[in-house]
Amino acid sequence: MPGFSHVINKFIQYFDVFIEAMFLTLKLTAASLLIAIVIGLFFALLKISRSKPLSLIADAYIGIVRGTPLIVQIFIFYFGLTEIVNISGFWAATWGLAFHNGAYIAEIFRGSIQSVDKGQSEAGRSLGMTRTLTMRRIILPQAFRRALPPLGNQFIIGLKDSSLAAFIGMPELFNIATTLGSANFDIMTYLLIVGVYYLVLVLLLTVLVNMIEKRMSVSD
Amino acid sequence: MSEKREMIKTEMLNKSFGDLHVLKDIDMKVLENDVVVLIGASGSGKSTLLRCLNFLEIKSSGKVILEDEEIDPKKEDLNKVRQRVGMVFQHFNLFPHKTVLGNVVEAPMMVKGVKKAQAIKEGKELLAKVGLADKANVYPSKLSGGQKQRVAIARALAMKPDIMLFDEPTSALDPELVGEVLSTMKELAKEGMTMVVVTHEMGFAREVADWVVYMHDGRIVERGHPQDLFDNPQEKRTQDFLGSIL
Ligand SMILES: Nc1ncnc2c1ncn2[C@@H]1O[C@H](COP(=O)(O)OP(=O)(O)OP(=O)(O)O)[C@@H](O)[C@H]1O
Ligand SMILES: [Mg+2]
Repeated sequence: MPGFSHVINKFIQYFDVFIEAMFLTLKLTAASLLIAIVIGLFFALLKISRSKPLSLIADAYIGIVRGTPLIVQIFIFYFGLTEIVNISGFWAATWGLAFHNGAYIAEIFRGSIQSVDKGQSEAGRSLGMTRTLTMRRIILPQAFRRALPPLGNQFIIGLKDSSLAAFIGMPELFNIATTLGSANFDIMTYLLIVGVYYLVLVLLLTVLVNMIEKRMSVSD
Repeated sequence: MSEKREMIKTEMLNKSFGDLHVLKDIDMKVLENDVVVLIGASGSGKSTLLRCLNFLEIKSSGKVILEDEEIDPKKEDLNKVRQRVGMVFQHFNLFPHKTVLGNVVEAPMMVKGVKKAQAIKEGKELLAKVGLADKANVYPSKLSGGQKQRVAIARALAMKPDIMLFDEPTSALDPELVGEVLSTMKELAKEGMTMVVVTHEMGFAREVADWVVYMHDGRIVERGHPQDLFDNPQEKRTQDFLGSIL
Protein backbone atom coordinates (compact mmCIF):
# COMPACT_ATOMS: atom_id res chain seq x y z
CA MET A 1 0.00 0.00 0.00
CA PRO A 2 1.22 3.51 -0.80
CA GLY A 3 1.91 5.79 2.16
CA PHE A 4 -0.54 8.51 3.11
CA SER A 5 1.81 11.40 2.37
CA HIS A 6 2.68 9.88 -1.00
CA VAL A 7 -0.99 9.77 -1.97
CA ILE A 8 -1.46 13.38 -0.81
CA ASN A 9 1.58 14.45 -2.84
CA LYS A 10 0.25 12.83 -6.01
CA PHE A 11 -3.20 14.25 -5.31
CA ILE A 12 -1.72 17.75 -5.29
CA GLN A 13 0.67 17.11 -8.19
CA TYR A 14 -2.10 15.88 -10.51
CA PHE A 15 -4.86 18.12 -9.17
CA ASP A 16 -5.35 19.95 -12.52
CA VAL A 17 -5.45 16.72 -14.48
CA PHE A 18 -8.04 15.16 -12.21
CA ILE A 19 -10.17 18.29 -12.11
CA GLU A 20 -10.27 18.35 -15.88
CA ALA A 21 -11.23 14.67 -15.94
CA MET A 22 -13.83 15.34 -13.28
CA PHE A 23 -15.49 17.92 -15.50
CA LEU A 24 -15.66 15.38 -18.29
CA THR A 25 -17.22 12.88 -15.87
CA LEU A 26 -19.75 15.50 -14.83
CA LYS A 27 -20.55 16.40 -18.45
CA LEU A 28 -21.03 12.75 -19.37
CA THR A 29 -23.22 12.19 -16.33
CA ALA A 30 -25.32 15.32 -16.74
CA ALA A 31 -25.88 14.89 -20.48
CA SER A 32 -26.68 11.20 -20.24
CA LEU A 33 -29.02 11.59 -17.27
CA LEU A 34 -30.91 14.48 -18.86
CA ILE A 35 -31.50 12.40 -21.97
CA ALA A 36 -32.31 9.39 -19.78
CA ILE A 37 -35.02 11.34 -17.96
CA VAL A 38 -36.72 12.12 -21.27
CA ILE A 39 -36.34 8.52 -22.47
CA GLY A 40 -37.50 7.24 -19.09
CA LEU A 41 -40.63 9.38 -19.03
CA PHE A 42 -41.43 8.39 -22.61
CA PHE A 43 -41.15 4.67 -21.94
CA ALA A 44 -42.96 4.94 -18.60
CA LEU A 45 -45.93 6.46 -20.44
CA LEU A 46 -45.72 3.74 -23.10
CA LYS A 47 -45.63 1.11 -20.43
CA ILE A 48 -48.78 2.34 -18.69
CA SER A 49 -50.61 3.18 -21.91
CA ARG A 50 -53.78 1.26 -22.62
CA SER A 51 -52.28 -0.05 -25.85
CA LYS A 52 -50.83 -3.52 -25.45
CA PRO A 53 -48.28 -3.20 -28.30
CA LEU A 54 -46.93 0.05 -26.89
CA SER A 55 -46.51 -1.40 -23.44
CA LEU A 56 -44.79 -4.44 -24.96
CA ILE A 57 -42.32 -2.12 -26.67
CA ALA A 58 -41.53 -0.60 -23.29
CA ASP A 59 -41.17 -4.07 -21.78
CA ALA A 60 -38.77 -5.07 -24.55
CA TYR A 61 -36.60 -1.99 -24.06
CA ILE A 62 -36.43 -2.40 -20.31
CA GLY A 63 -35.81 -6.12 -20.65
CA ILE A 64 -32.92 -5.61 -23.05
CA VAL A 65 -31.25 -3.01 -20.87
CA ARG A 66 -31.64 -5.10 -17.73
CA GLY A 67 -30.57 -8.29 -19.44
CA THR A 68 -27.26 -7.11 -20.86
CA PRO A 69 -24.14 -5.63 -19.23
CA LEU A 70 -23.72 -1.88 -19.42
CA ILE A 71 -20.25 -2.25 -20.90
CA VAL A 72 -21.70 -4.26 -23.78
CA GLN A 73 -24.31 -1.55 -24.36
CA ILE A 74 -21.67 1.18 -24.38
CA PHE A 75 -19.50 -0.79 -26.82
CA ILE A 76 -22.47 -1.40 -29.11
CA PHE A 77 -23.32 2.29 -29.11
CA TYR A 78 -19.68 3.23 -29.67
CA PHE A 79 -18.85 0.79 -32.44
CA GLY A 80 -22.35 0.75 -33.87
CA LEU A 81 -22.98 4.47 -33.93
CA THR A 82 -19.53 5.50 -35.10
CA GLU A 83 -19.95 3.08 -37.97
CA ILE A 84 -23.20 4.55 -39.29
CA VAL A 85 -23.00 8.21 -38.28
CA ASN A 86 -20.24 10.66 -37.63
CA ILE A 87 -20.41 10.85 -33.87
CA SER A 88 -17.78 11.65 -31.27
CA GLY A 89 -16.79 9.20 -28.56
CA PHE A 90 -18.33 11.58 -26.04
CA TRP A 91 -21.76 11.39 -27.63
CA ALA A 92 -21.54 7.66 -28.19
CA ALA A 93 -20.79 7.20 -24.50
CA THR A 94 -23.49 9.69 -23.53
CA TRP A 95 -26.13 7.92 -25.59
CA GLY A 96 -25.01 4.53 -24.33
CA LEU A 97 -25.32 5.68 -20.74
CA ALA A 98 -28.63 7.42 -21.48
CA PHE A 99 -30.03 4.29 -23.11
CA HIS A 100 -29.05 2.32 -20.03
CA ASN A 101 -30.23 4.72 -17.32
CA GLY A 102 -33.41 5.49 -19.27
CA ALA A 103 -34.73 1.99 -18.64
CA TYR A 104 -34.24 2.22 -14.89
CA ILE A 105 -35.69 5.71 -14.82
CA ALA A 106 -38.68 4.47 -16.84
CA GLU A 107 -39.36 1.92 -14.12
CA ILE A 108 -39.01 4.60 -11.45
CA PHE A 109 -41.50 6.89 -13.22
CA ARG A 110 -43.89 4.04 -13.91
CA GLY A 111 -43.91 3.12 -10.24
CA SER A 112 -44.39 6.68 -9.06
CA ILE A 113 -47.16 7.39 -11.58
CA GLN A 114 -49.00 4.26 -10.52
CA SER A 115 -48.55 5.14 -6.87
CA VAL A 116 -50.65 8.29 -7.27
CA ASP A 117 -54.11 7.60 -5.86
CA LYS A 118 -56.67 6.69 -8.51
CA GLY A 119 -59.00 9.27 -7.00
CA GLN A 120 -56.71 11.97 -8.38
CA SER A 121 -57.29 11.08 -11.98
CA GLU A 122 -60.99 10.52 -11.31
CA ALA A 123 -61.24 13.99 -9.85
CA GLY A 124 -59.50 15.42 -12.91
CA ARG A 125 -61.66 13.46 -15.33
CA SER A 126 -64.84 14.39 -13.45
CA LEU A 127 -63.98 18.05 -14.03
CA GLY A 128 -63.92 17.46 -17.76
CA MET A 129 -60.15 17.24 -18.11
CA THR A 130 -58.89 14.94 -20.85
CA ARG A 131 -56.67 11.96 -20.07
CA THR A 132 -53.62 13.82 -21.33
CA LEU A 133 -54.38 16.99 -19.43
CA THR A 134 -55.02 15.02 -16.24
CA MET A 135 -51.71 13.24 -16.68
CA ARG A 136 -49.80 16.45 -17.30
CA ARG A 137 -51.40 18.71 -14.70
CA ILE A 138 -52.48 16.34 -11.94
CA ILE A 139 -50.62 13.02 -12.02
CA LEU A 140 -47.12 13.84 -13.26
CA PRO A 141 -46.41 16.69 -10.82
CA GLN A 142 -47.23 14.35 -7.94
CA ALA A 143 -45.39 11.45 -9.54
CA PHE A 144 -42.20 13.51 -10.06
CA ARG A 145 -42.17 14.41 -6.42
CA ARG A 146 -42.44 10.80 -5.39
CA ALA A 147 -39.85 9.77 -7.95
CA LEU A 148 -37.19 12.05 -6.51
CA PRO A 149 -35.67 9.74 -3.88
CA PRO A 150 -35.27 6.76 -6.24
CA LEU A 151 -34.20 9.13 -9.03
CA GLY A 152 -31.48 10.52 -6.79
CA ASN A 153 -30.33 6.98 -6.21
CA GLN A 154 -30.27 6.31 -9.95
CA PHE A 155 -28.32 9.55 -10.55
CA ILE A 156 -25.65 8.29 -8.16
CA ILE A 157 -25.49 4.98 -9.98
CA GLY A 158 -25.35 6.86 -13.28
CA LEU A 159 -22.48 9.02 -12.06
CA LYS A 160 -20.43 6.02 -10.97
CA ASP A 161 -21.29 4.03 -14.10
CA SER A 162 -19.98 6.82 -16.30
CA SER A 163 -16.54 5.40 -15.39
CA LEU A 164 -17.17 2.69 -17.99
CA ALA A 165 -16.74 5.36 -20.68
CA ALA A 166 -13.04 4.92 -19.95
CA PHE A 167 -13.14 1.75 -22.03
CA ILE A 168 -14.01 3.67 -25.17
CA GLY A 169 -11.20 6.10 -24.53
CA MET A 170 -12.97 8.96 -22.76
CA PRO A 171 -10.36 10.70 -20.57
CA GLU A 172 -12.73 10.87 -17.61
CA LEU A 173 -11.81 10.26 -13.99
CA PHE A 174 -11.36 6.51 -14.00
CA ASN A 175 -9.44 6.55 -17.28
CA ILE A 176 -7.03 9.20 -15.97
CA ALA A 177 -6.49 7.21 -12.79
CA THR A 178 -5.61 3.98 -14.58
CA THR A 179 -3.50 5.77 -17.19
CA LEU A 180 -1.45 7.59 -14.58
CA GLY A 181 -1.29 4.46 -12.45
CA SER A 182 0.14 2.23 -15.11
CA ALA A 183 2.48 4.89 -16.47
CA ASN A 184 3.98 5.29 -13.01
CA PHE A 185 3.68 1.61 -11.95
CA ASP A 186 1.70 2.97 -9.00
CA ILE A 187 -1.91 2.01 -9.72
CA MET A 188 -3.05 1.88 -6.08
CA THR A 189 -2.20 5.51 -5.39
CA TYR A 190 -4.30 6.76 -8.26
CA LEU A 191 -7.20 4.44 -7.53
CA LEU A 192 -7.33 5.82 -4.00
CA ILE A 193 -7.26 9.36 -5.34
CA VAL A 194 -9.99 8.75 -7.90
CA GLY A 195 -12.08 7.00 -5.23
CA VAL A 196 -12.03 10.20 -3.21
CA TYR A 197 -13.18 12.21 -6.23
CA TYR A 198 -16.14 9.91 -6.79
CA LEU A 199 -17.00 9.90 -3.12
CA VAL A 200 -17.07 13.70 -2.97
CA LEU A 201 -19.16 13.93 -6.15
CA VAL A 202 -21.67 11.43 -4.80
CA LEU A 203 -21.91 13.34 -1.54
CA LEU A 204 -22.51 16.62 -3.38
CA LEU A 205 -25.15 14.98 -5.56
CA THR A 206 -26.87 13.55 -2.49
CA VAL A 207 -26.99 16.98 -0.86
CA LEU A 208 -28.37 18.49 -4.07
CA VAL A 209 -31.13 15.89 -4.37
CA ASN A 210 -32.04 16.36 -0.70
CA MET A 211 -32.31 20.11 -1.22
CA ILE A 212 -34.62 19.69 -4.20
CA GLU A 213 -36.72 17.20 -2.25
CA LYS A 214 -37.10 19.64 0.63
CA ARG A 215 -38.10 22.48 -1.66
CA MET A 216 -40.68 20.36 -3.44
CA SER A 217 -42.31 19.09 -0.28
CA VAL A 218 -43.37 22.50 1.06
CA SER A 219 -46.98 21.74 0.22
CA ASP A 220 -47.20 18.58 2.30
CA MET B 1 -96.49 26.72 -14.96
CA SER B 2 -94.22 24.98 -17.38
CA GLU B 3 -93.18 21.46 -16.62
CA LYS B 4 -89.74 20.91 -15.14
CA ARG B 5 -86.99 19.68 -17.42
CA GLU B 6 -85.65 16.17 -17.08
CA MET B 7 -82.01 16.65 -16.18
CA ILE B 8 -81.10 12.98 -15.85
CA LYS B 9 -82.90 9.98 -17.13
CA THR B 10 -81.79 6.39 -17.38
CA GLU B 11 -83.62 3.65 -19.22
CA MET B 12 -82.89 0.01 -18.55
CA LEU B 13 -79.40 0.93 -17.46
CA ASN B 14 -77.24 -2.12 -16.82
CA LYS B 15 -73.64 -2.37 -15.76
CA SER B 16 -71.48 -5.43 -15.29
CA PHE B 17 -67.87 -5.83 -14.24
CA GLY B 18 -66.95 -9.07 -15.94
CA ASP B 19 -69.37 -11.63 -14.56
CA LEU B 20 -70.53 -9.36 -11.77
CA HIS B 21 -73.86 -7.77 -12.69
CA VAL B 22 -73.87 -4.61 -10.59
CA LEU B 23 -76.69 -2.44 -11.98
CA LYS B 24 -79.88 -4.09 -13.13
CA ASP B 25 -82.47 -2.35 -15.29
CA ILE B 26 -82.16 1.02 -13.61
CA ASP B 27 -84.88 3.46 -14.65
CA MET B 28 -84.51 6.76 -12.95
CA LYS B 29 -85.40 10.34 -13.57
CA VAL B 30 -84.13 13.51 -11.96
CA LEU B 31 -85.99 16.74 -12.67
CA GLU B 32 -84.48 20.18 -12.70
CA ASN B 33 -83.89 21.62 -9.19
CA ASP B 34 -84.63 18.27 -7.60
CA VAL B 35 -82.53 16.62 -4.93
CA VAL B 36 -82.52 12.84 -5.11
CA VAL B 37 -80.99 10.87 -2.26
CA LEU B 38 -79.79 7.34 -3.00
CA ILE B 39 -79.70 4.92 -0.10
CA GLY B 40 -78.90 1.25 0.13
CA ALA B 41 -76.55 -1.27 1.70
CA SER B 42 -72.86 -1.43 0.92
CA GLY B 43 -72.31 -3.05 -2.46
CA SER B 44 -75.82 -2.35 -3.71
CA GLY B 45 -74.42 -0.30 -6.61
CA LYS B 46 -74.96 3.30 -5.51
CA SER B 47 -71.49 4.50 -6.42
CA THR B 48 -71.55 2.62 -9.70
CA LEU B 49 -74.83 4.29 -10.62
CA LEU B 50 -73.43 7.76 -9.90
CA ARG B 51 -70.29 6.95 -11.86
CA CYS B 52 -72.36 5.84 -14.83
CA LEU B 53 -74.13 9.20 -14.76
CA ASN B 54 -70.90 11.11 -15.40
CA PHE B 55 -69.31 8.33 -17.44
CA LEU B 56 -66.46 7.52 -15.10
CA GLU B 57 -67.93 4.09 -15.75
CA ILE B 58 -69.44 3.23 -19.08
CA LYS B 59 -72.78 1.43 -18.99
CA SER B 60 -72.99 -2.10 -20.36
CA SER B 61 -76.42 -1.51 -21.87
CA GLY B 62 -79.41 0.82 -21.65
CA LYS B 63 -79.58 4.56 -21.98
CA VAL B 64 -78.24 7.54 -20.10
CA ILE B 65 -80.06 10.71 -21.10
CA LEU B 66 -78.81 14.08 -19.88
CA GLU B 67 -80.99 17.12 -20.44
CA ASP B 68 -83.04 15.35 -23.11
CA GLU B 69 -80.00 14.19 -25.01
CA GLU B 70 -79.03 10.55 -25.08
CA ILE B 71 -75.32 10.25 -24.48
CA ASP B 72 -73.63 7.64 -26.63
CA PRO B 73 -70.16 7.11 -25.12
CA LYS B 74 -68.82 6.00 -28.48
CA LYS B 75 -69.83 9.13 -30.33
CA GLU B 76 -69.93 11.82 -27.70
CA ASP B 77 -66.92 13.70 -26.33
CA LEU B 78 -67.32 12.53 -22.74
CA ASN B 79 -64.96 15.22 -21.48
CA LYS B 80 -67.52 17.79 -22.62
CA VAL B 81 -70.33 15.84 -20.98
CA ARG B 82 -68.47 15.63 -17.68
CA GLN B 83 -68.12 19.40 -17.60
CA ARG B 84 -71.89 19.53 -17.11
CA VAL B 85 -71.94 16.97 -14.30
CA GLY B 86 -69.96 17.85 -11.20
CA MET B 87 -68.87 15.14 -8.78
CA VAL B 88 -67.91 15.18 -5.13
CA PHE B 89 -66.13 12.14 -3.73
CA GLN B 90 -66.09 10.50 -0.34
CA HIS B 91 -62.34 11.05 -0.01
CA PHE B 92 -62.34 14.61 -1.42
CA ASN B 93 -59.58 13.88 -3.95
CA LEU B 94 -58.24 17.41 -3.77
CA PHE B 95 -55.04 18.03 -5.73
CA PRO B 96 -52.39 18.08 -2.99
CA HIS B 97 -49.81 19.93 -5.08
CA LYS B 98 -52.10 22.90 -5.66
CA THR B 99 -53.38 25.49 -3.24
CA VAL B 100 -57.05 25.66 -2.38
CA LEU B 101 -57.58 28.37 -4.98
CA GLY B 102 -55.36 26.46 -7.41
CA ASN B 103 -57.67 23.46 -7.03
CA VAL B 104 -60.69 25.60 -7.83
CA VAL B 105 -59.32 27.47 -10.86
CA GLU B 106 -57.53 24.49 -12.45
CA ALA B 107 -60.36 23.12 -14.57
CA PRO B 108 -61.97 26.41 -15.61
CA MET B 109 -58.60 27.68 -16.84
CA MET B 110 -57.24 24.48 -18.38
CA VAL B 111 -60.47 23.03 -19.74
CA LYS B 112 -62.65 26.00 -20.54
CA GLY B 113 -59.85 28.46 -21.17
CA VAL B 114 -61.20 31.01 -18.69
CA LYS B 115 -58.73 33.87 -18.27
CA LYS B 116 -56.67 33.78 -15.10
CA ALA B 117 -58.04 36.99 -13.55
CA GLN B 118 -61.60 35.91 -14.22
CA ALA B 119 -61.02 32.38 -12.89
CA ILE B 120 -59.45 33.75 -9.72
CA LYS B 121 -62.29 36.19 -9.19
CA GLU B 122 -64.91 33.48 -9.60
CA GLY B 123 -62.84 31.01 -7.58
CA LYS B 124 -62.64 33.41 -4.66
CA GLU B 125 -66.38 34.00 -4.80
CA LEU B 126 -66.98 30.26 -4.66
CA LEU B 127 -64.60 29.88 -1.74
CA ALA B 128 -66.43 32.68 0.07
CA LYS B 129 -69.66 30.88 -0.63
CA VAL B 130 -68.43 27.68 1.03
CA GLY B 131 -66.99 29.75 3.88
CA LEU B 132 -63.32 29.33 3.04
CA ALA B 133 -62.33 32.72 1.62
CA ASP B 134 -59.43 32.90 4.09
CA LYS B 135 -57.98 29.57 3.00
CA ALA B 136 -57.44 30.43 -0.68
CA ASN B 137 -53.66 30.22 -0.50
CA VAL B 138 -53.11 27.27 1.80
CA TYR B 139 -52.48 23.73 0.65
CA PRO B 140 -55.14 21.05 1.20
CA SER B 141 -52.95 19.18 3.71
CA LYS B 142 -53.51 22.06 6.13
CA LEU B 143 -57.30 21.72 6.08
CA SER B 144 -59.71 19.68 8.18
CA GLY B 145 -61.80 17.03 6.43
CA GLY B 146 -64.86 19.24 6.43
CA GLN B 147 -62.91 22.12 4.90
CA LYS B 148 -61.44 19.80 2.28
CA GLN B 149 -64.87 18.62 1.26
CA ARG B 150 -66.15 22.17 0.97
CA VAL B 151 -63.19 23.00 -1.28
CA ALA B 152 -64.07 19.95 -3.37
CA ILE B 153 -67.61 21.26 -3.71
CA ALA B 154 -66.33 24.69 -4.76
CA ARG B 155 -63.97 23.03 -7.23
CA ALA B 156 -66.83 21.14 -8.87
CA LEU B 157 -69.05 24.25 -8.91
CA ALA B 158 -66.30 26.23 -10.64
CA MET B 159 -67.15 24.39 -13.86
CA LYS B 160 -70.73 25.68 -13.55
CA PRO B 161 -72.26 22.22 -13.85
CA ASP B 162 -75.96 21.69 -14.41
CA ILE B 163 -75.99 18.65 -12.16
CA MET B 164 -74.03 17.74 -9.03
CA LEU B 165 -73.35 14.19 -7.88
CA PHE B 166 -72.26 13.48 -4.31
CA ASP B 167 -70.90 10.06 -3.35
CA GLU B 168 -71.04 9.77 0.44
CA PRO B 169 -69.61 13.24 0.89
CA THR B 170 -69.60 13.05 4.69
CA SER B 171 -68.72 9.40 5.29
CA ALA B 172 -65.01 10.06 5.75
CA LEU B 173 -65.57 12.93 8.19
CA ASP B 174 -65.38 13.08 11.95
CA PRO B 175 -68.93 13.46 13.28
CA GLU B 176 -68.42 17.06 14.37
CA LEU B 177 -67.45 18.06 10.80
CA VAL B 178 -70.43 16.52 9.04
CA GLY B 179 -72.73 19.48 9.72
CA GLU B 180 -70.68 22.12 7.89
CA VAL B 181 -70.61 20.04 4.70
CA LEU B 182 -74.31 19.23 4.87
CA SER B 183 -75.22 22.88 5.34
CA THR B 184 -73.15 23.81 2.28
CA MET B 185 -75.09 21.18 0.36
CA LYS B 186 -78.41 22.40 1.72
CA GLU B 187 -77.61 25.91 0.56
CA LEU B 188 -76.80 24.57 -2.88
CA ALA B 189 -80.11 22.72 -2.96
CA LYS B 190 -81.91 25.90 -1.96
CA GLU B 191 -80.34 27.71 -4.88
CA GLY B 192 -81.94 25.15 -7.13
CA MET B 193 -79.02 22.93 -8.02
CA THR B 194 -80.05 19.55 -9.37
CA MET B 195 -78.40 17.01 -7.10
CA VAL B 196 -78.04 13.26 -6.71
CA VAL B 197 -76.65 12.37 -3.31
CA VAL B 198 -75.56 9.03 -1.94
CA THR B 199 -75.59 9.36 1.82
CA HIS B 200 -76.37 7.68 5.09
CA GLU B 201 -77.46 11.00 6.63
CA MET B 202 -81.17 10.34 6.95
CA GLY B 203 -81.75 13.71 8.60
CA PHE B 204 -80.40 15.41 5.50
CA ALA B 205 -82.53 13.21 3.26
CA ARG B 206 -85.68 14.03 5.23
CA GLU B 207 -85.00 17.74 5.19
CA VAL B 208 -83.63 18.30 1.70
CA ALA B 209 -84.55 15.44 -0.60
CA ASP B 210 -87.44 15.67 -3.01
CA TRP B 211 -87.11 11.97 -3.67
CA VAL B 212 -85.44 9.11 -1.88
CA VAL B 213 -84.44 6.06 -3.87
CA TYR B 214 -83.67 2.78 -2.15
CA MET B 215 -81.33 0.39 -3.96
CA HIS B 216 -80.78 -3.23 -3.19
CA ASP B 217 -78.53 -5.63 -5.05
CA GLY B 218 -78.26 -3.43 -8.14
CA ARG B 219 -81.95 -2.66 -8.44
CA ILE B 220 -84.11 0.26 -7.47
CA VAL B 221 -86.51 -1.37 -5.03
CA GLU B 222 -88.53 1.61 -3.92
CA ARG B 223 -88.70 5.36 -4.35
CA GLY B 224 -90.81 8.03 -2.80
CA HIS B 225 -90.92 11.34 -1.02
CA PRO B 226 -88.85 11.17 2.14
CA GLN B 227 -91.80 11.15 4.57
CA ASP B 228 -93.51 8.36 2.66
CA LEU B 229 -90.44 6.22 2.18
CA PHE B 230 -89.05 6.64 5.68
CA ASP B 231 -92.32 6.51 7.63
CA ASN B 232 -94.28 4.13 5.50
CA PRO B 233 -92.04 1.95 3.37
CA GLN B 234 -93.98 -0.44 1.16
CA GLU B 235 -91.36 -3.06 0.43
CA LYS B 236 -90.14 -5.58 2.98
CA ARG B 237 -86.52 -5.06 1.96
CA THR B 238 -86.84 -1.30 2.46
CA GLN B 239 -88.35 -1.86 5.89
CA ASP B 240 -85.51 -4.20 6.84
CA PHE B 241 -82.89 -1.77 5.60
CA LEU B 242 -84.38 1.21 7.38
CA GLY B 243 -84.82 -0.89 10.51
CA SER B 244 -81.15 -1.80 10.41
CA ILE B 245 -79.86 1.77 10.18
CA LEU B 246 -82.30 3.87 12.18
N1 LIG C 1 -64.31 -1.24 -10.99
C1 LIG C 1 -64.94 -2.33 -10.48
N2 LIG C 1 -64.57 -3.56 -10.86
C2 LIG C 1 -65.17 -4.65 -10.36
N3 LIG C 1 -66.16 -4.62 -9.48
C3 LIG C 1 -66.60 -3.42 -9.06
C4 LIG C 1 -65.99 -2.21 -9.53
N4 LIG C 1 -66.62 -1.17 -8.94
C5 LIG C 1 -67.56 -1.70 -8.14
N5 LIG C 1 -67.56 -3.05 -8.21
C6 LIG C 1 -68.46 -3.96 -7.49
O1 LIG C 1 -69.77 -3.55 -7.76
C7 LIG C 1 -70.59 -3.70 -6.62
C8 LIG C 1 -71.27 -2.40 -6.31
O2 LIG C 1 -70.30 -1.48 -5.89
P1 LIG C 1 -70.62 0.02 -5.52
O3 LIG C 1 -69.34 0.64 -5.15
O4 LIG C 1 -71.39 0.64 -6.62
O5 LIG C 1 -71.55 -0.16 -4.26
P2 LIG C 1 -72.04 0.95 -3.24
O6 LIG C 1 -73.50 0.78 -3.13
O7 LIG C 1 -71.51 2.28 -3.60
O8 LIG C 1 -71.40 0.45 -1.89
P3 LIG C 1 -70.72 1.29 -0.68
O9 LIG C 1 -71.85 1.73 0.20
O10 LIG C 1 -69.84 0.29 -0.01
O11 LIG C 1 -69.97 2.43 -1.28
C9 LIG C 1 -69.70 -4.22 -5.53
O12 LIG C 1 -69.84 -5.60 -5.43
C10 LIG C 1 -68.31 -3.87 -6.00
O13 LIG C 1 -67.38 -4.80 -5.52
MG1 LIG D 1 -70.13 3.60 -2.76
